[in-house]
Amino acid sequence: MDLTILLFLLQDGMTSGAIYALLGVALVLVFAVTRVIFIPQGEFVTYGALTFAVLEAGQIPGTMWLLAGAGALAFLFELWTHRRELTARLLVHEATLKLALPAVVAGLTHVLVPMKAGPFVNLLLTIAIIGPLGPYLYRIAFQPNADASVLTLLITAVGVHLAMMGMGLILFGAEGLRAPPISNASFTLGPLPVSGQSIGVYLVTLGLILALWLFFDRTLMGKALRATAVNRIGARLVGIRTSLSGRIAFALAATIGAISGILIVPVTTIYYDTGFIVGLKGFVAAIIGGLASYPLTAAAAIVVGIVEALASFFASDLKEIIVFMLIIPVLVWRSIASGHHDEEEE
Amino acid sequence: MMSRRPLLVFTLVLALIPNIPGMPPFWITLLDNIGLAALVAMGLVLLTGVGGLTSFGQAAFCGFGAYTTAYLTTVYQISPWLTLPIALGLAGIAAVVLGIVTVRLSGHFLPLGTIAWGISLYYAFGKIDALGRHDGISSVPPLAIGGWSLRDPAAMYYVIWAFVLLAGIATLNLLDSRVGRAIRALRGGRVAAEAFGIDSARIKLIVFVYAALLAALSGWLYAHLQRAVNPTPFGLNAGIEYLFMAVLGGSGQIWGAVAGSALVTLLKDVLQRVLPWMTGSTAQLETIVFGILLVVILQVARDGIWPLILSRLPGAPPRRIDDKAPALAARQRETRSDGPMLELAGATKAFGGLVAVNEVSFALKPGEIVALIGPNGAGKSTTFNLITGVLGLSRGSVRFAGHDISGVGQRAIAAHGIARTFQHVKLLPEMSVLENVALGAHMRGRAGVLSSILRLDRDEEVRLFAEASRQIARVGLAEHMHKPAGSLALGQQRIVEIARALCLDPTLLLLDEPAAGLRHFEKEALADLLRQLRAEGMSVLLVEHDMGFVMGLTDHIVVLDFGSKIAEGKPEEIRVHPAVLAAYLGGTA
Repeated sequence: MDLTILLFLLQDGMTSGAIYALLGVALVLVFAVTRVIFIPQGEFVTYGALTFAVLEAGQIPGTMWLLAGAGALAFLFELWTHRRELTARLLVHEATLKLALPAVVAGLTHVLVPMKAGPFVNLLLTIAIIGPLGPYLYRIAFQPNADASVLTLLITAVGVHLAMMGMGLILFGAEGLRAPPISNASFTLGPLPVSGQSIGVYLVTLGLILALWLFFDRTLMGKALRATAVNRIGARLVGIRTSLSGRIAFALAATIGAISGILIVPVTTIYYDTGFIVGLKGFVAAIIGGLASYPLTAAAAIVVGIVEALASFFASDLKEIIVFMLIIPVLVWRSIASGHHDEEEE
Repeated sequence: MMSRRPLLVFTLVLALIPNIPGMPPFWITLLDNIGLAALVAMGLVLLTGVGGLTSFGQAAFCGFGAYTTAYLTTVYQISPWLTLPIALGLAGIAAVVLGIVTVRLSGHFLPLGTIAWGISLYYAFGKIDALGRHDGISSVPPLAIGGWSLRDPAAMYYVIWAFVLLAGIATLNLLDSRVGRAIRALRGGRVAAEAFGIDSARIKLIVFVYAALLAALSGWLYAHLQRAVNPTPFGLNAGIEYLFMAVLGGSGQIWGAVAGSALVTLLKDVLQRVLPWMTGSTAQLETIVFGILLVVILQVARDGIWPLILSRLPGAPPRRIDDKAPALAARQRETRSDGPMLELAGATKAFGGLVAVNEVSFALKPGEIVALIGPNGAGKSTTFNLITGVLGLSRGSVRFAGHDISGVGQRAIAAHGIARTFQHVKLLPEMSVLENVALGAHMRGRAGVLSSILRLDRDEEVRLFAEASRQIARVGLAEHMHKPAGSLALGQQRIVEIARALCLDPTLLLLDEPAAGLRHFEKEALADLLRQLRAEGMSVLLVEHDMGFVMGLTDHIVVLDFGSKIAEGKPEEIRVHPAVLAAYLGGTA
C-alpha cells in the first residue's frame, strides 16, 4: 500500500465518518431529550436518500403519501387525547400542523416535480417530506409511552424500525437507487483527487453541528430541550412542555437523517435496508460517546469511518464485523472505569 | 408451590396431539417451530420480563448452537448428543464474555451490545468458508435414540416439546428460589438489591447466560430438525421476532413465552399466505405488521396477554410456612465491649462544588439508639448513604466494630451486619410481603442456580421463609404476609422494610424515617419494637422528623444542618440547645 491509497482511504473514511457523526449526534440528542434509543434513525436516512433519488428521476416519491397518512394518524391521536377538551383553536392548530402541512408539501411536490427544478429544490423538498415524519412518528409511537422505562422505549423503537423498513420496501421496491452527484466539481490536493461531493459532506456536517450548538446554547427552545434532558419532571414544573421537546428532537433527528441520506445517495447505491446499517454505525459512535457526549460521539464517528475504510481495503469480508466489534473494547473500558454509579432509572 | 395439575393436563394434551387421526403433518411442523421459538422466548421472558434486561441477539445464540452441531456432526461425524454440551458450552462462554463487558453498565448497554453481536455473528456465518458461507451446511444427520432415527418431524415433536417442558419447569424452579428472588429484585434497582448482599452484576450475568443457553439449545434442535443450517434464521430480524414473542406473551410469565411463540408463529404463517394474496406483492410484509403490533402491544397491554389469561384463573394458594422449621444459623455478630460500634470521623461528601456532608463525626455505642435529625436538606440521607456504601466518601472514614468500612461497597458492608431501610420505600410491589422480606435473608442462604433448578434447596427455602414469617410477625404485619407488598399503606411498607432488614440478622440497624406515615398507635408499637431490639443488644441509627418519637426513644441525638454537625447530646440537652432551636425555628441564636 502506498501513500496515495492510504490518503484515499482516509478521505473515504472521513467522508463516511462525517455522515456517521451527524447520525450519532442526532441519536445522542434524541436519547437525551426523550430517553428513546432511536433505532429507526437509519430508516430516515433511507427515506431521505430514496426520496431524493426518486425526485431527481422526475417522479413522485411514495413517502409523500406516507407523510399524509402519518399526519392524519397523528391528528387522530391528538383528537383522542384531547377528546374532552376540544376547542376550535386547538382543532385549527392541530389541523394546520398535521393535515394542512402534508397537503401543502404534496401540492408543492406535484407542482415542482414536472418542472425538473434541479437538485437544490429537490433537496429542500426531500427535507420537507421527511422532516415532519419525525414529530408525527413521535406523536404516534412514543408519546403515549413517554414515561415508560428506557427498555420499553427501546423495544418500541425496534418495532418502529421493523415497520418503517418494511414500508420502505413497499414504497421504493427491492431495487437500489442512486442519484446523480449534486456537484461534479473535483480538484487535486497534492497527490489526492478530492471530489466536490466529499467537500460538500464536510461542510454540511460542520454547518449542522455548528447550528445545533448555536440552537442549544443560544435559543430559549434549545435550553428548554436541554432542561428536559436533565430532568423531565423539573422541566414540566417550570412550564416546558416535554411532549413538544420530544417532537422537536424527533424533527431534528428526522431532518438530520434525511440530509445524511441525500449526501450519500449520489456516492453509493441505497437499498430499502441500507439505512439501518448506516444508522447503526452512527450508533457505534454514539455508544462510544456513552450516549451522552456530542464531541466524543463526533470524534468516534470519524474513527469508525476510517476504521471501516481501512477494513474494507485489508479485510473486506470482515468489514462490518470489525466496525461493530469496535464497541466491545469501549464497553470494557467503560465497565472498568465505572465505579459507584447512581441508581438506574426504572 | 405451584399446582401441578395444569402442567400434567398440558403435557397429556401435547402427547396426544400427533395421535389425532388425520392431523396434517404441516401442523406438526408448525408445532415443532412453536416449541423451538418457545425455548428462546422463555429465556427472554426471564431476561426482559423478570430481570428488566433485554437482548436482541438471541437468534445469534441459536445460530451458535445450530452451527456448532452442524459443523461437528458433518465434518467430524460426532454424535449429535455429544455436540449438545459442546454447543451449550461455547454459547455459554460467548454469553459470559458479552455479559461481563455490559452488566456493570446502565441497562441499555446490554441490548445495544447484543445488537452489535447479533449483526456481527450473522455476517460471520455468511463469510466463513468452513461454515459454507451464505449456503450454510447441509446434510446434518438426524438425532437418533438407540437405533431409532428421529428423521420425521413428528418424532422430533416429542423431543422438542420434552425440552420445552423441562426448560419451563427448570425456569419456574429457578424463579421460585433464593436466586430467583434476587433476579426479581433486579427490577427494584441496584441499590436495594446490593443493600442485602445481592451481587447484582453477577445475577444479571446468570440470567443472561441462562437465556443464551436456552437459545443455543433451540438452535441445536433446529439444526437436527431442518437437517441444514444457513445464516438467514439467525439474523437480527429473527432476534427481534423472539423479543416480540416474549413481550406479547407477557412480562415475567414463563408459560406466556409459549403462548407468545404460538401466536407469533401462527400469525407469521397466516400473514405469509394472506398478505401476498391481498396485496399481490411477494415482499415480506409481515415485518410491517409485526413492527406495528409490537408498538401497539406496548401501548395498550404492556404486560402482554398471559396476565390477562391468568387473571381468569384461580390464583396460586399462599405459600405454606413451617413454624417448626429449624432457625437459620445466626450470623457471627461483631460486637465490642469497649469503644464505639459505629464511628464516623470527618466524613465528607462533595458533589462537585456542593458539600452535602461536611466533616461530620459522631459515634454510636453498642445497644444504643441514636437519632440523626435536622431540617430538610441537612445531609441526613447522604450520611446514611455514606455509612452503607451507596456513595463513596470524599474524605474522612467510617469504622464499624473497629473495622474501617470506608469505600468497601454495599455488599461488604451488609456482610458486616449493617441493614437498612430506605426513605423512599424500595420494595417489589408485585411480590408478596413474605417474599420481599425473605430477600433480606439472602446472605444467610447459599443455594445456587443448579440446586434451585433441581429443587435441592427446599430445606433451606423452608427455613428462609420461616425466618421471614417470624420477622413479619415480630413487626406486627402477620395478617398481611401473603398480600402483594404494593397493596399495603405506605407506612406499613416502611415497616415491611424493617422486617426485611431484620432478616439479615443485623448488628446495626439504619432506619430512614421509619415513623413517617404511621398512625399514633403504630408509632408506639414501632417504638416498643425498637426498645425491645435495643434490649437484645442491637444498635440503631435512625433519621426521623417526628420529634415526639425521637425524644421519647433515643439515647443520643446528632443534629445536622447544611451538611455540618451543629450539636449532639442527650434528648433533653438537644431540646434546649440554642443552635438547634435556631436551625429549626430560624433567627439567630
